Amino acid sequence: MKKKQINLTIDETPLTVSEGTTIMEAAGSLGIHIPRLCYHPDLSLAGSCRVCIVDVAEMGHYMTACSVQVWEGMVVQTNSPAIRQARRDIVELILDNHPKDCQTCERDGNCELQNLAYSMGVRNRYFEGERKEFPIESSSVSVVRDPNKCILCGRCVRVCDEIQGVCNLSQHGRGFTTVVGPAHLADMDDSVCIQCGQCINVCPTAAFLEKPRTNDVWRALADPEMHVVVQTAPSIRAAIGEGFGMAPGTAATGQMITALRRLGFDAVFDTNFGADLTIVEEAHEFLTRLKEGPLPMITSCSPGWISFMERFYPELIPHASTCRSPMTMLSVLAKTYYAERRGISPEKIYMVAVMPCVAKKFEAARPEHRDAQGRPYTDAVLTTRELIWMVKCYGLGLAGLPAGEFDSPLGLSSGSGDIFGSTGGVMEATLRAASELVTGEPATRLDYTEVRNVEGLREAYVAIGPHNIHVGVANGLENAKTLLDKVARREEEFHVIEVMACPGGCIGGGGQPYPPEGMRILDPELLRLRASVLYEIDRNKKLRKSYENPAISELYDTYLGGPGTAKAHELLHTHYHARLPRGIR
Amino acid sequence: MSASTDNWTEVETTSREVLGPDIVALVEQCQKDPYPAGRLIHVLHEVQAKFGYLAPAHLDAVAQLLQVPAAKVAGVASFYHYFRLSPPGRWTISLCLGTACYVKGADQIAQKLCDQLGITFGETSPDGMFTLEAARCLGACGLAPVMMVGDDMHAQVTPDRVPIILDEYLRRVREEKGA
Repeated sequence: MKKKQINLTIDETPLTVSEGTTIMEAAGSLGIHIPRLCYHPDLSLAGSCRVCIVDVAEMGHYMTACSVQVWEGMVVQTNSPAIRQARRDIVELILDNHPKDCQTCERDGNCELQNLAYSMGVRNRYFEGERKEFPIESSSVSVVRDPNKCILCGRCVRVCDEIQGVCNLSQHGRGFTTVVGPAHLADMDDSVCIQCGQCINVCPTAAFLEKPRTNDVWRALADPEMHVVVQTAPSIRAAIGEGFGMAPGTAATGQMITALRRLGFDAVFDTNFGADLTIVEEAHEFLTRLKEGPLPMITSCSPGWISFMERFYPELIPHASTCRSPMTMLSVLAKTYYAERRGISPEKIYMVAVMPCVAKKFEAARPEHRDAQGRPYTDAVLTTRELIWMVKCYGLGLAGLPAGEFDSPLGLSSGSGDIFGSTGGVMEATLRAASELVTGEPATRLDYTEVRNVEGLREAYVAIGPHNIHVGVANGLENAKTLLDKVARREEEFHVIEVMACPGGCIGGGGQPYPPEGMRILDPELLRLRASVLYEIDRNKKLRKSYENPAISELYDTYLGGPGTAKAHELLHTHYHARLPRGIR
Repeated sequence: MSASTDNWTEVETTSREVLGPDIVALVEQCQKDPYPAGRLIHVLHEVQAKFGYLAPAHLDAVAQLLQVPAAKVAGVASFYHYFRLSPPGRWTISLCLGTACYVKGADQIAQKLCDQLGITFGETSPDGMFTLEAARCLGACGLAPVMMVGDDMHAQVTPDRVPIILDEYLRRVREEKGA
């Protein structure tokens, strides 16, 4: 049914919009950008910051443009000296109990509150408010919570609940002493937090940040005894350029590699190699499951999803692929296969992983991913943001650097590895491999566009040999719940399900660069541009199937003895367990 | 692979044990509602009536049985003034700070109580004996200033009498122990 049309006037311009449109949306259709802070188009309305106030003629008081729907004959003024003054007052009041430490704050330069205050014309601090003095919660290996920086906009609470379906954050207490945190203000790792880091992404200030590991990495780089190895996830190359002023959607693989060498890394490997290996192992696992069950097999690359499964859907643990993630596979091989080949003692190898993800910090610390002596295979995980900072700290830009290449043998990869960074990519890579394994003939079909999942949730049937494979792809865990519930309640039979915790997959991970000017976090356009980099790389690669990667064949022939062997299982597979507290679905 | 990895039975059993059969019965009744989560505050009232306060374990158990995320349950419990998140003392002192009592010097009584107990309003004395709370009107303005200790009403209280009143209750405890 066609929606009722509403006539109104905004800034003397008459316009007609559908019933239910907000003032902010209607103004946006005229190209009028109303300042905002707590608002996010993908989240529910809060109306808590009051920055987006406008003058509605007949009301006699200002109204929030984000939450008020238009009505017939409404006359709106979005801009006047009085409105600008009122908005500036509001921002000054938000600032009055905010720490005055912008220059030393992690978000300096890309803080929404700072940018807003500047654009509002705040040049003095007129109010000297009482300061918040809350303890900083930094016990987690992934996420640091600093309630002193919090302005109570509630975006983190909403993203955690509405996009991720975790609902670990809430506002506790009331009034001035309100604090955002997990139930009972528990430590993050003792809560149902899955360490996805989306709270960090949506926070306009620095109330949530990743746990930094840059100092540990600098120390290792400066240690002449250590052989410092780095691997970069597929989605780093698709986003790191944004940190250096490149347009979103610019591939910066070669410059990134050169920057890493200049920083002093002794070997630069590609997590894509781990991804290719994951595909081969996972395709074999899938074949076994096709005969013996249990189906569906659910992918296990996303550590946020793994934590979510262990806390929210522990009964699905037997369905999760036992394959370690590409990151951990590569770290394991760096300290075994590579160490042996190069004659370096594994204790002298310091393994750094650059990930788009903060949950990878948690994964790296898990006891399952440590060697017999209890040492982690991955010594430090850096986010894309941390690497950008390290490169800048070293005095480098990316744009002017010559292109470098990954080192062998753990740097060679097929296009299947590249697309791991985007939602549906693991599925597409798996289908490429599985079709060959099932039919015993080289795959003629390489593109499975039906599983490239831009909208968050997809199901498809794919013919592989005699099988009609039912696949599901989800990104954002609230979306994933739809598929997982069907599996848990045995409502629908699936063969393979890919789950990525973050919206858009790894390219939208919790450790990716804050969005450039004119874009916002979770912006579908930003995610599309980053994904396009990976699909472009895949399309232009000669090697597009994981099986054809000669470095993988060599690894199996000379070291592992083949896919699915005991040695492959020992080094490349893992297990999961239910965790408490249990999450509420 | 066949081993069950589901911990729901364990979580449910623990939650039921924490709350007891009466609260569990209430939650089960709430689950028949179209929106069980809408009964959260009702359930929290009953839990507090039973245990005297809402401990993290109580809130977690309510969350599991009512299937409302623990962060939301704790957020509600910590927002409302009525809910206590720490155990009350053996006696709750409700000092009336209503108009009549106030003009008759309740502020001085308040100061004396805080000094004597070493706590402020909303807190419990370190020995676990007294919880100090402010009341708005106890309906006995003719006896102002008044305060209640447990179920006992104390009328026309003066700062000097505060230690004597408190001592009465501490003496009872000593006698109980002696007996």
